[in-house]
Amino acid sequence: MCGIIGLHLKVPALESELGALVAPMIECMGSRGTDSTGLAIFSTPVAAGRFRYSVRLDPADGPGDAESEMHALVEGLATATGHQVRCERIRPDGGVLEATDDVALVSHELNRLHPGAVVMGYGRSLEIIKDVGSPQEVCDRFQVRNRRGFQAIGHTRMATESAVTIDHSHPFAPTHDLAVVHNGSFSNPATVRRRLEEQGIAFVTDNDTEVAARLIGRELRRGSDIHAALKEVGNEMDGFYTLLVATDQEVAVVRDSFACKPLVVAETDEYVAFTSEYIAMTSLPGIETAHVFEPKPEEIHAWRRS
Amino acid sequence: MATLMTSDARADGSSAATRIVLDCEELTTREINGALRTMKAGSRVTIANPSGRHNLAVGLFEHLDILIDGHAGYFIGGLGSGPDITVNGFVGWSVGENLMAGTIRVTGGASECAGASSHGGTVIIHGSASSRAGISLKGGTIVVGGDVGHMSGFMAQAGTMLVGGDAGHALGDSLYEAVIYVAGSISSLGSDAQLEDLTQSDVDTVRRLVDEAGFTHVSPEDVKRVASAKQLYNFDALKGQEY
Repeated sequence: MCGIIGLHLKVPALESELGALVAPMIECMGSRGTDSTGLAIFSTPVAAGRFRYSVRLDPADGPGDAESEMHALVEGLATATGHQVRCERIRPDGGVLEATDDVALVSHELNRLHPGAVVMGYGRSLEIIKDVGSPQEVCDRFQVRNRRGFQAIGHTRMATESAVTIDHSHPFAPTHDLAVVHNGSFSNPATVRRRLEEQGIAFVTDNDTEVAARLIGRELRRGSDIHAALKEVGNEMDGFYTLLVATDQEVAVVRDSFACKPLVVAETDEYVAFTSEYIAMTSLPGIETAHVFEPKPEEIHAWRRS
Repeated sequence: MATLMTSDARADGSSAATRIVLDCEELTTREINGALRTMKAGSRVTIANPSGRHNLAVGLFEHLDILIDGHAGYFIGGLGSGPDITVNGFVGWSVGENLMAGTIRVTGGASECAGASSHGGTVIIHGSASSRAGISLKGGTIVVGGDVGHMSGFMAQAGTMLVGGDAGHALGDSLYEAVIYVAGSISSLGSDAQLEDLTQSDVDTVRRLVDEAGFTHVSPEDVKRVASAKQLYNFDALKGQEY
């Protein structure tokens, strides 16, 4: 199975409650999978020329104190990059660093300073939370209910085609301010992956969703909008999918040509909500009067931040 | 075991008899279905605050009058052979799946696979139904006021479907003996499905279904009849000899 959720806020008034609104949605979708859980949270962007980096430290280093390790990284990175570095948030798995948007430089220095550290996602607005375990465990561990932001997408995984690790968990965030979650299974990921690798695109896992995410990332880097990028997924990839894709500007959904996997969308004046099952959105305020619908096969629905 | 509360359920006072209320905010699905299973024939029950809950009122044998008062989730009323169920809202996937007898009436729309594999009984959807409505129908009746999505009636073996609106692509693909009536347009017919002339018997059947559903927007003389061309019943060993 796998469950997906998303919440795109249209009004700033709800931004302080984003985490409190999203946590019950993703916890409800634990019924569709508890192998791993992930969220992409989009909040007020950092300054131009700067990125947030969601950094996971290597647990093989021992129990270690994430706080002191992150502070050591801040100092080391600042010296190595010659730019100011700030620790925005300490998390049980590491934390969120704010640094220059030179991703290659930051990744290289991070790896030198702390071999095994992983950047799970980056961008001016994006933070990635992902871990193995149920949504209840992950929401508690990462204090999701306290989080603010203007948009979030999330995923509960029941693994069917590749290993259960943190790296294999959704969302996949292959380029800045892009996150992808997927319910379904692709049947030709290896073929598409070979084509992308020939173009110099590197992969972290053997997961099928990572292929779709990197294909979408390539299209966005080429200047396509999200609508065109999702069209390209339909052209290139076979299989069953409901895809929920978010950038710092937009959120969009598409289902495969048979609509094999579920998706419910609810829209009010205050938000657009996405869940695999209606039951996962019944905790939202104003859901009783929302416009609720199921996207038809191959229909791309997108909402842009105003 | 669940606490059962009784009250006069209908605010408009239309019901003189007392209805038993089972509240989803207080009871688990297992408790609700367990309570329903112990009730005597003729009992009147309201399931309150369903909020998209799955699997409500499944596998019941007695003739109960059940009102699910709100939007509900997957598999509502499935496997039933007795109750009359009304859902005051929309439902998720597979409402009335494997229904044997009784009636399920949904005032809103239904998601995919409405009435899938139902052997008997009637599923009435006042709104539209999504794709694969009536897939593998085995003798049940499905009446949809609005549209149905793609691949509806796929491999339907016996029974009747009436679509008051439009039908999506590949309607009635690989039909056996089931018959589908469509009041609106058909995006495309599936393999081995064909349009056939309407007989007086068809008109009578559609009129009975329209009356039972309470629809006023379907005129029985103006529907299209879709049934099997029966070209897929037997494997044709001489077909496609080029390979």
